[in-house]
Amino acid sequence: MGTFASFRARARQAIADTRLQQALAGATRNFREGRARALAELPDAEALRDHLKAIRAATIADLAHYLEAFERNARANGAHVHWARDGQEAARIVLDIARRHGVRLAVKSKSMTGEEIRLNAALEAADITPVETDLGEWIIQLAGEGPAHIIAPAIHKTRAQVAALFSELAGEPLPADDIPALTATARRLLREQFLAADMGISGANVAVAETGSIVLVTNEGNGRMVTSLPPVHVAIVGIEKVVPTWDEAAAWLALLARSATGQPLSIYTTVITGPARPEDPDGPQEVHIILLDNGRSRLVGTEYEEILQCIRCGACLNVCPVYRKVDGHAYESPYSGPIGAVITPLLFGLEAHPALPHASTLCGACVDVCPVRIDLPRMLIALRREVAARGLLPRKDTWLERLIAWGMRHPRLYRWGGRVARWVQRPLAREGRVRLPGRWHPAGERDLPALAPRSFHEIWEAELQ
Amino acid sequence: MGTSNTSPEIAFFVTCLVDQVMPEVGVAAVRLLREAGYRVAFPHQQTCCGQPFFNSGLTEEAIPLARHTVALLEPYEAVVLPSGSCAAFIRHEYPRLLAPWPEWHARATQLAAKTFELTQFLVHRAQWHPARRVPGTPVVTYHDSCHMARGLGVRAEPRQLLQEAGYTLVEMAESDFCCGFGGVFSLRMPEVSNAITREKLRMAQETGAPVIATADTGCLMQMRGLLKTNGIRVEHVACLLAKTLEGS
Repeated sequence: MGTFASFRARARQAIADTRLQQALAGATRNFREGRARALAELPDAEALRDHLKAIRAATIADLAHYLEAFERNARANGAHVHWARDGQEAARIVLDIARRHGVRLAVKSKSMTGEEIRLNAALEAADITPVETDLGEWIIQLAGEGPAHIIAPAIHKTRAQVAALFSELAGEPLPADDIPALTATARRLLREQFLAADMGISGANVAVAETGSIVLVTNEGNGRMVTSLPPVHVAIVGIEKVVPTWDEAAAWLALLARSATGQPLSIYTTVITGPARPEDPDGPQEVHIILLDNGRSRLVGTEYEEILQCIRCGACLNVCPVYRKVDGHAYESPYSGPIGAVITPLLFGLEAHPALPHASTLCGACVDVCPVRIDLPRMLIALRREVAARGLLPRKDTWLERLIAWGMRHPRLYRWGGRVARWVQRPLAREGRVRLPGRWHPAGERDLPALAPRSFHEIWEAELQ
Repeated sequence: MGTSNTSPEIAFFVTCLVDQVMPEVGVAAVRLLREAGYRVAFPHQQTCCGQPFFNSGLTEEAIPLARHTVALLEPYEAVVLPSGSCAAFIRHEYPRLLAPWPEWHARATQLAAKTFELTQFLVHRAQWHPARRVPGTPVVTYHDSCHMARGLGVRAEPRQLLQEAGYTLVEMAESDFCCGFGGVFSLRMPEVSNAITREKLRMAQETGAPVIATADTGCLMQMRGLLKTNGIRVEHVACLLAKTLEGS
């Protein structure tokens, strides 16, 4: 899991898959262009980004205070608030609630925290059928896969693949070129599930402390069905999602959809403040909010605290040269791309994911588009430091690098080493390029540059000084 | 040549890659700096700025190299490098890297303030303009290297100089899309690195320009490594600019 070998194997597969490459290139380009357009429409997008950054930093610095305020106000609205130390505890809380209500079928709105704690597996193990109702999330559930993108989980699937999945479920062949027919089928099949479900499960994009409300941002309307049709609604919310007041929530929402898809707002922005009131015609009788830590609080006060400012827009994925080639599955985590390369080892352990901090060219394109300007390259390097310190790199790599560094510390040795290397490369160099024999060549199809016949040091002494 | 004994003396930090792999880039840079009126010193004890080790997580290997480089270069009025990436490392990372030692931190901060990437120095400090144009009407497309564009904010300078030197510039899509090099990344994950490079080369080739210009040796050797010997070429900005000096 998460090793260099498995990341590279998955990456190779993705790179060789022409259809996947086309799907990824097209989708990430649409997101990039949409984001650029949407930010340009704001009077001062840069100032808004700075503002949101300041909000996020200040809130995370006083996280316990705002979480307690959220809990108090959510309870006053009649919601139940639970605290989960880790994924197992969160899943257990969901199962306890389900058991009390005799739940057999749970409909879900797309939730990254749900993916994070592997809730579907836990539900299935308890004989409860989870049904994803976000179209993309449903497609990957049917395909038995994890999400390929934080906001577009089925970004890698083609129409034909989706038609095949739906056809199997509908028991009739559906044509791949008829998208309205495919979505109508999805709508019909999902409606049945919404009406039959005993429980609705969602995440939350923002939790507002002053009113104890959670905000859901969706584009398909499924989030509203999930949170209003079944008698019980359970929301799993990462503890970093809290804001003090609606002012801060407004800044967050102003940048979330713009950064994610290029929409000024998503189609549906749903605010949930407690269960249905007596005068409400519908809505759940019970609302449970599970505040999920799962490794987040231990980041406060460390060099990784800044990662908690993330609003999960996915903009960094769309610009990342690595993500754009390997897609989300190479990361073996619900969180992929640059944000995933940092947060996955932090939440799930560096030992299980030592390759992720190295799955980056450190180009910095992610910082350019991050709505809160998180310095991901800085944290990738900090994680690489831990990878090296814990001996998680191939030993020969570290040994060789340390040897070279030692040579670089001794200028005469450095110059002498260059001369020796030039002599050694002679049988391998051709037209200024070097290829080592067979599997010894470390750069794949790329040739390495041959060392020059004379170093600059030598040329300087002979001709330039 | 525009230099005399009273001209200001600057230090040239050639970078290990240029030193060992493409010394012609260093030669071109020195000729340009002299043409711009500077006496150029080449502190002989220089090796590597330490960035590869820092980026690899071997911070303790980078620190002695940073100290060595600070001590070596601080006597000079300015330091010029033919690499945006190494220049950005000295300017931004040295002070942070040496922050635990106040005296070294102060020295690193002073060095950072007078360290320049070549085109940045030529445009802002030297205020140099090519005296002549290259012959013909050569067309180039410029690749923004990541650390130079994002770290140093140097995007306009190489373009300005290339145009003043008589090159016609055609912009590729996403000129600041990474070339795929990423230092040791290019060897740890070569298939990913090469796939990114192919994407970069595709964007460059779509312009129809016969030459990709860049100001970082890392990008240069990365892109050259996947190019056939015929077809589009990759050249360092210093070499392209030095063509205006030929015959002088």
